[in-house]
Amino acid sequence: MLLTGPNGAGKSTLLRTLAGLRRPDGGRILWDDEDMTEDRTAHGRRIGWLGHQDALKPGLTLLENLRLSANGAKPEAALRAFDLDSLADLPARMLSAGQKRRSALARVLLADAPLWLLDEPSVGLDQVSVGQLGVAMAAHRAQGGIVIATTHVPLPLAGAIPFSLAGSPADSPAETGEYVA
Amino acid sequence: MSAMRIFTGVIGRDLRLALRHGADTLGAALFFVLTGALFPLALGPSPELLARMAPGVIWVCALLAALLPLDRLFGAEQEDGSLDQLMLLGLPPSLIGLAKMTAHWLTTGLPVLLASIPMAIMLGLPAATLPVLLAGLLPGTLVLSLAGGMAASVVLGARRGGVLLPLLVLPLITPALIFGAAAVDSARSGLNWVPDLELLWAFLAGALPLCPLAAGAGLRAATE
Repeated sequence: MLLTGPNGAGKSTLLRTLAGLRRPDGGRILWDDEDMTEDRTAHGRRIGWLGHQDALKPGLTLLENLRLSANGAKPEAALRAFDLDSLADLPARMLSAGQKRRSALARVLLADAPLWLLDEPSVGLDQVSVGQLGVAMAAHRAQGGIVIATTHVPLPLAGAIPFSLAGSPADSPAETGEYVA
Repeated sequence: MSAMRIFTGVIGRDLRLALRHGADTLGAALFFVLTGALFPLALGPSPELLARMAPGVIWVCALLAALLPLDRLFGAEQEDGSLDQLMLLGLPPSLIGLAKMTAHWLTTGLPVLLASIPMAIMLGLPAATLPVLLAGLLPGTLVLSLAGGMAASVVLGARRGGVLLPLLVLPLITPALIFGAAAVDSARSGLNWVPDLELLWAFLAGALPLCPLAAGAGLRAATE
């Protein structure tokens, strides 16, 4: 699903709500017919999260930064998917903005979660990296995973359900993230 | 993926960060030693007076030193977006809080505890009372990390949280200060120091389940 809408329309807020970071003001969010606000901790495990910020500690190496989200999984494949394997042992403070963004994307990949919530994933990425992102998202969807991404620019997400948020905070319907892979 | 593994992972990450930023980490312990070293200079070199004041001086310095890194404990996580990632690890927020508190103790409480030995000798505290001092500072620093971590999560997102933090923590921690210093005083004058220490440990037993719960609620509120 592609979330679009003007600045301040509530795209990020909707993503945070779907992640369970924020409590919905009204309505319910169902996951397999169960209200996910009942157990937000368990819901967290289903989520690969990419926020506005890349959440990298400058003092840790790229690999150390991702280790916590990986939870024992081997990071090599995720690093290779975003062409980061040569940077794995560099401290995060030495990475460029685009490399940091790719690292944060690699973390989403590593989390091995069914629901990807990506807040403007292509910001700071060059054309090649956007292509890699497209490949990663396609592979995730092919395995039955869900991708919900906000964006202002076209993303390589073929056949995604477009969902546009109006600029005014009117009663926008709280949709459940359902889509056909 | 076990909760224990994530829990130790959070602590391990914080320790690794503390090692990388060694100067920041040692800051609290250095502050503890330096403020303690100022007292003999200000009060004069009378051994009598210094030994009399030593328990109070050590306890107050330990308390202030532990306060120093508190507002960065969760503040740094929130600023760079790491807090969201921590909250989505699948670990209850209260355990995230407890992991961070443990890391705070390992990087601040433990160094202060160790530094209190040379400090006590420097201030002329009788060697026989040293075990009592340490047996009090151990639960004392733990309570500090617990109550401090709780307060740090509560002021998260508040402007001027750093100013608010001591105001919240210090009143909570005064009982520990009173009984901790009193235990050493009793030991120095040959009185029974056991009840004071027992109260301290009871204080820790109360803080251990309560503070992480409150911190968890604070973290949830901060990510809203």
